[in-house]
Amino acid sequence: MKGFSEIGEEDLKRIEMTGLQTGSLEGRSGSFLQVDDHIHHASTDTKGVEILALADALEKYAWLEDYYWKAVPRDKDEITQYVAAREPKGYVIIARKGSQTTFPLQTCLFMAKDEIQYVHNIIIAEEGAELHLIAGCASSMKTKNGAHYGVTEFYIKKDAKVTMTMIHTWGESIEVYPRSVAIVEERGIFLSNYVCMVPAKKVQMYPTAELRGDGAVARFSSIMLATPGSYLDTGSRAILSAKGATSELITRAITTGGTIISRGHILGSVKDTKGHIECRALILKDGTIHAIPEIEGRVVDCELSHEAAVGRIAREEIEYLMARGLSEDEATATIIRGFLDVKISGLPESLQKQIDAAIDAAEKGF
Amino acid sequence: MLTIEDLHVEVEGREVLHDINLTIKEGETHVLMGPNGSGKTTLLRAIMGFDSSQITEGSLIYNDHDITHMPIHERARLGIGLLFQRPPTVSGLKLGKLLAVTSGGDSERVDEYARHMNMDTFLERDINKGFSGGEIKRSEVLQLMIQKPDLVMLDEPESGVDLENMSLVGNAIASLVEKDKHIVNRKKSGLIITHTGYILDYIDADFGHVMCDGTFKCHGNPREILKSVQSKGYKECIECQRV
Repeated sequence: MKGFSEIGEEDLKRIEMTGLQTGSLEGRSGSFLQVDDHIHHASTDTKGVEILALADALEKYAWLEDYYWKAVPRDKDEITQYVAAREPKGYVIIARKGSQTTFPLQTCLFMAKDEIQYVHNIIIAEEGAELHLIAGCASSMKTKNGAHYGVTEFYIKKDAKVTMTMIHTWGESIEVYPRSVAIVEERGIFLSNYVCMVPAKKVQMYPTAELRGDGAVARFSSIMLATPGSYLDTGSRAILSAKGATSELITRAITTGGTIISRGHILGSVKDTKGHIECRALILKDGTIHAIPEIEGRVVDCELSHEAAVGRIAREEIEYLMARGLSEDEATATIIRGFLDVKISGLPESLQKQIDAAIDAAEKGF
Repeated sequence: MLTIEDLHVEVEGREVLHDINLTIKEGETHVLMGPNGSGKTTLLRAIMGFDSSQITEGSLIYNDHDITHMPIHERARLGIGLLFQRPPTVSGLKLGKLLAVTSGGDSERVDEYARHMNMDTFLERDINKGFSGGEIKRSEVLQLMIQKPDLVMLDEPESGVDLENMSLVGNAIASLVEKDKHIVNRKKSGLIITHTGYILDYIDADFGHVMCDGTFKCHGNPREILKSVQSKGYKECIECQRV
């Protein structure tokens, strides 16, 4: 297998913007790289954690059939149907019972050519395992048109914890259609962080967490910037179907001319469940932000709430910072940086730093 | 240092200040008193340059610069500082982060002053979010200590501050206007709004001004003005025709 050495310098920079390391893998517990439909690299040095190409995994482990297309239905829509009809691509990560990764494991999906890249990933955290993933998705500067179809199935077993940090660095003419579902069992924790600060033509996704075990937790946080020409239709959904299950869906969205549809849905179908949706958005220049938070309770004793706000930066705040000597532009950028600063509890510091770096890199453009 | 000439100021299209004339020289501290709504805060905001306090007539000259229509941050960079009475909360912006910017990255000075103002545990908190009245004032004074303005404007520095913190805030303000220095060496000037006059226990102000209905009604010794206001209120000032 070949690694990042095959990729040109300019494109390596774009990959690094997604938080991935392309040189030494120090500080990473494993790495996966798929360019277009070729798998270049899959390795891990952590005991109890395996990363392998989906096709190899299906051959090696017959039991994987119990997970293959079990969280995301094959015939869900035309995206899943497209992926299901083709040769399996993508990765499988298995964190064995009780395994712990100190460092995050990185996966990179890179589009070098103008075509459709598709992947199907399966992530399994067995009982008590803890797994941190940083998933970078990027396209080459040379890629003018293209689409990325990604199916991801997460299985988080009893007392396991998975954090998934996804940073997108697509091109202005790329369309992206992730389809992902996480199934979380008893006391399992799923934290999903999405950062998109770089233009993409279209992103359409609505990842779902099904909390099937008592005390399961899912937290989604999304930080997005829509520049002119970008259309981001994103959301997250939590289905609270076990006692004590809790979920939080947090979004910070900014537009400078693009469109953001920020969806959210929490369904409480059993007693003693809690969920909250929070969406805050700023329209800096032109553009549209449409927040659609939905909370649906079907029993007594489920506590669901939402708050959504679309607005602009308060003049008062800008003037406050200007009185301290910051120019209007500096004050505005400082306030926006603060607005986007969502600290995600339970996220390892190294991953928080990657998120911060992705936002910092975009700060100049506000 | 600052010369205000025939200043008229509008807020939301309504004239709030008129015929304001005032000169503040280097090393002088002036106190501004007057009933609620008389225009004291509007004057400070007009000197700082806020959009909402629109100068319609007159001029502001600061150290030979005509600042009448200068942007806020340029005034701040020339040495004008303001302690806000009710500063806004800036969600996500940590106090420490702002101080890092305004101090030019001098973390040692930030840490030292933050400890001095008992604000070291607030550096990682969003500015003013959930701060008590006293904490807001300590945070504001700390920000001014870092900013080191030459003209220190304070909008009710003692409001919301409990007795225990009053001496901390009062003494810090006294050193902002260099009351610890000999009168001939004093370079900093102050313009302070006070209702209670508690701040006068820490700084000996040089001049007092009473504002009513958007203009100065009288000028004099700040202690005497305070005494008269404490015993008789502002009624006489409002009726007073002597300017």
